Amino acid sequence: MATTRSVADVHVGDELPARTVHIDRATLVRYAGASLDRNPIHWDDRFARSVGLPDVIAHGMFTMGAAVNVVSDWVGDAGRVVDYGVRFTRPVVVPHDSGADVEVTGVVKAVDEQAKRATVELTATCGGDKVLGRALAVVALD
Amino acid sequence: MAVNASFAGRTYPATAPYAVGREKIREFAEAVGAVDPVHTDRDEARARGYRDVIAPPTFAVLVAQQCDRQLIVDPEAGIDFGRVVHGEQKFTHHRPITAGDELVGELHVDAVREAGGHAMVTTRTELSTVDGEAVCTATSTIVIRGGE
Repeated sequence: MATTRSVADVHVGDELPARTVHIDRATLVRYAGASLDRNPIHWDDRFARSVGLPDVIAHGMFTMGAAVNVVSDWVGDAGRVVDYGVRFTRPVVVPHDSGADVEVTGVVKAVDEQAKRATVELTATCGGDKVLGRALAVVALD
Repeated sequence: MAVNASFAGRTYPATAPYAVGREKIREFAEAVGAVDPVHTDRDEARARGYRDVIAPPTFAVLVAQQCDRQLIVDPEAGIDFGRVVHGEQKFTHHRPITAGDELVGELHVDAVREAGGHAMVTTRTELSTVDGEAVCTATSTIVIRGGE
């Protein structure tokens, strides 16, 4: 059984293990099916271009959902993510051949020792551009 | 802007119950790359004190977006779905969504405003079990792009 991180082990400024999320068309088709968000801008490049997009773009909710894994894995239990919000600042464009890579990092911004809660700020970038803004997750610690 | 500003403050009745299934949680977890066994292994979930496997933190969008549809397809709201972009999303979990939950969502239109030629609509879906236990508050802001 995994153990949940203790508040005594969490400090403002702590950096969470970073990761790269690779996204290709198969990723987006899987997410479309799982989430029931079947908008063709996420899997049909002809349709995406017809509405003025440069190419297929990832579901913002995919990026949000994939980014929080950094927090879930660090805290030790996905059920401890009690609050999570983001702004979608830029679309993640997913070309057919190369796909796209989203770099996700996280840093502890606040710790409430009484409530045993910590706030993590996530940064998600693609090609150097921020794709999520004000991405904050609050976790319940042991 | 065609979006109907008088919709702010409006509430839509609860949707039909959504039955949260173990396999849907597994499928969603796999789709977002969530590898925590709490999403797939019932024994592990129970050892951590949950009744059954629990959903990843953003799973609630699946139910919340079904509630949002009531507003988007409401002809009086004046929302052109082809111009909709997701601006912000937030989840506050009162407890994790768990396999076996039967969830209903009550949709509240919290704000309708205009900025820079675009309209922004903020909705809040209060997800609870059919027995009335609060599970998650999902807040979403959509941007309806202006222009000709």
